[in-house]
Amino acid sequence: MKLAYWMYTGPAHIGTLRIASSFKNVHAIMHAPLGDDYFNVMQSMLERERNFTPVTASIVDRHVLAQGSKEKVIDNITRKDKEENPDLVILTPTCTSSILQEDLANFVTRASYNTKADVLLADVNHYRVNELQAADKTLAQIVQFYLQKEYKNIPHINKTKTPSVNIIGGFTLGFHNQHDLIELKKLFTELNIDINLIIPEGINVHQIKDLPQAWFNIVPYRETGLKTAEYLKKYFNMPYIDTTPMGLEQITQFIKEIENILSKNGIQSNFDEYINQQNTFVSQAAWFSRSVDCQNLIGKRAVVFGDATHAANFAKILHNEMGIEVICAGTYCKHDAEWFEKEVSNFCQQILITDDFNVVGNYIAENEPDAIFGTQMERHIGKRMNIPCGVISSPVHIQNFPLSYKPFLGYEGSNQIADLIYNSFTLGMEDHLLEIFGGHDTNQKFGDTNISSTQIVWSKQANEELNKIPGFVRNKVKKKTEEYASKNQIREITLEIMYAAVRFVTNKKLIKFLTKI
Amino acid sequence: MNMLKTENLTFECETGNYHTFCPISCVSWLYQKIEDSFFLVIGTKTCGYFLQNAMGVMIFAEPRYAMAELEEGDISAQLNDYQELKRLCLEIKTDRNPSVIFWIGTCTTEIIKMDLEGIAPKLEKELNVPIVVARANGLDYAFTQGEDTVLSAMAQRCPKISIQNHKQAPLIIFGSLPESTANQLSQELTKQGISISGWLPERKYTQLPEISEGSYVVGVNPFLSRTATTLMRRKKAKLIRAPFPIGPDGTRAWIEKICSVYQIEPKGLEEREEKIWNNLSPYLEIVKNKSVFFMGDNLLEISLARFLARCGMTIYEIGIPYMDKRFQSAELELLEKTCLEKQHFLPKIVEKPDNYNQIERIYDLGPDLVITGMAHANPLEARNINTKWSVEFTFAQIHGFGNAGEILKLVTRPLQRKSMRSSSFV
Repeated sequence: MKLAYWMYTGPAHIGTLRIASSFKNVHAIMHAPLGDDYFNVMQSMLERERNFTPVTASIVDRHVLAQGSKEKVIDNITRKDKEENPDLVILTPTCTSSILQEDLANFVTRASYNTKADVLLADVNHYRVNELQAADKTLAQIVQFYLQKEYKNIPHINKTKTPSVNIIGGFTLGFHNQHDLIELKKLFTELNIDINLIIPEGINVHQIKDLPQAWFNIVPYRETGLKTAEYLKKYFNMPYIDTTPMGLEQITQFIKEIENILSKNGIQSNFDEYINQQNTFVSQAAWFSRSVDCQNLIGKRAVVFGDATHAANFAKILHNEMGIEVICAGTYCKHDAEWFEKEVSNFCQQILITDDFNVVGNYIAENEPDAIFGTQMERHIGKRMNIPCGVISSPVHIQNFPLSYKPFLGYEGSNQIADLIYNSFTLGMEDHLLEIFGGHDTNQKFGDTNISSTQIVWSKQANEELNKIPGFVRNKVKKKTEEYASKNQIREITLEIMYAAVRFVTNKKLIKFLTKI
Repeated sequence: MNMLKTENLTFECETGNYHTFCPISCVSWLYQKIEDSFFLVIGTKTCGYFLQNAMGVMIFAEPRYAMAELEEGDISAQLNDYQELKRLCLEIKTDRNPSVIFWIGTCTTEIIKMDLEGIAPKLEKELNVPIVVARANGLDYAFTQGEDTVLSAMAQRCPKISIQNHKQAPLIIFGSLPESTANQLSQELTKQGISISGWLPERKYTQLPEISEGSYVVGVNPFLSRTATTLMRRKKAKLIRAPFPIGPDGTRAWIEKICSVYQIEPKGLEEREEKIWNNLSPYLEIVKNKSVFFMGDNLLEISLARFLARCGMTIYEIGIPYMDKRFQSAELELLEKTCLEKQHFLPKIVEKPDNYNQIERIYDLGPDLVITGMAHANPLEARNINTKWSVEFTFAQIHGFGNAGEILKLVTRPLQRKSMRSSSFV
């Protein structure tokens, strides 16, 4: 037993359901007690899905506990087959059903005699794998099932005439996945590479047989898709790229790897000109990193935490492209720790591999970075400690499913990321200044600095000095000075009184700031 | 489908394939209500994931709740439950020092038959903290019934004394309500000259009410049937079966029933109710002659339907997870009476509904409003069917005379939005 308040990844069945509901016309049936169908709420609320989530539960109740599911699961599968006419039904075990140790595989076999749909049992162990690992496994399982059905002896596959690619990625409830896919499609169009299939998002299972026709695969998110890519490499000899095209350097590397694959297939192409064009004119990130704004960020300290893909790539962008010191990069993907360490060990002082948010919180508290880039949990840790946070990875809230176009991948993604980074730091700066000057002053009108509502009079000199103070803190200084004056029963504020007041009511930082201007 | 015909209302029972919250969700409002408590949910990642997502931002406010997450060693009994729970509870005691720790049993503890009720008294002595066990699991219960299991376990902890020097038999109200709502209801009864001896639960566990044999108890929520049973059987209290104080009609009937038990002639209630109805008239204009369909997920459905029928709405179907006809008898009678008075057909009550079938019926009936869970709300809206998220009724303040407007605010919001739609939004 362990005491837990918060989890970075959900239970295994959530991963299976994310894959199942990403396909078209695939229905998942959970073997679960009442209330475990919370996935439907998330899908409907976070993704604002217009269709009913294709997930139902075959309810485990007292009767099932006493007598076993008997025909219940089979009836539910055949009923769904008639009602919805799906291509595939995935029977999804949950933590409850895995302890019951009912022979779900047997139910699947028996149900499939009477269904038009194919029926599969998701092969995931609740107590050994998390949401992401389960998603990875389920996707590979489905792909394998349909390819083995189609290609008994792995014959010669007819590749497409012109270069083409499969994108393995893009899932229900994935972090900015929808927008990333649009950006990737655009990238491949510009490189003159056809997209053969994008799985699982939006395809139906009968299209899976066409996967091997592509020249190669890409896996933009290593958490979900690597197993499928490895399978396709092993049995269909398809190369894959697992570099994530996030940030300018990684996009360049990604495109170079494509060049390499194409040249092995006898097509010599040189994308240097394209990369150059994009870096100069489409993405503003390269110019931004040279601009004075970005110079201000040099040496600032950041903590990065998230899933392996986003945290590692984001850490690289911060370090390589912005000159920000990544004091710590971490991931909750413990199963992928080795890869993660290899990716970031060259440039960060500490690597955190943990799924305990307290460890992350304590590290942040001890080291007080200037900004955090993490999940919703780190955003809240940041809130408590007054450190700004940009959200770069799941787990996420509804605000991380924006309506507007916000990819993290590709050239437009690099613009979005630059904005996110810069806004996080400037917000931190602004907050810091406000704090020095005593917080927001919402009661006074802007610009209302010369006419005092009280009977206190400002000398000409003091008034001139007051007007030299930057607008956003002027009211604060004025108010504090007047408070000081009225407390000491002073009617006229001279320059001396003003400085005395400032020295009295504020800290050293403010005095330093005031003497500078 | 089992058909059971009582004299008037029709009761049906479907397959139980419906969406609702897991009963462990009661933790989210009970830890806020009982200020010196700590809730430990003994379950798996699935339970944790549900609570984390369902509680939303509350989870970041360092709630006095945690998961005791079961690992493979716990399931296969390689680890000792007693030792494990002792370790965790010691940690909780050191960090938070609560006056009581609630253990919430889940599906998993049921299946592996973890003897929580057996372990708790031993640990309670060792740690010197009361440990109350409630089995709020999805195998047996739905959503708000979680509170019922917790209150029923708490009821057994109420000190029992014998009646002495009481002019009237003491009255204890059961059901967890926000502080202000509880105060409003207390005041209503005080006005009638009835004093309340205690609430189950109070704001602090240390203030549990004394319940003596022969005390009267009355519920404020329709899902508290286990608690009622415990109070009657274990505490020998007398249950006042009244409609629930939801809506001005329900509130009046609730007070009247309590008055009748104490043989008090209620004063000024009729005028009070009428005044509330008058205040509600802008809302009533909107709901009048509109139809509503309850898919059913939180057991408030009968009371809400009865109130909305009184408001002039047509009730097509009342889905409900579980129907205790004895505990809700007065409420069912009032529903029937209301429908007759409004010359409205008696609605069908569907216990353990089947959401798939219900959606087919919704397509056929085309109700003006469907009260449903989040899983169906957006898809129904996308099909031009107005919905109201049912869970909001659980968290909003809906009890007593003063809060009737709250209910109608929730109900009318989607109906009002329809009138604002310009043609380009349809």
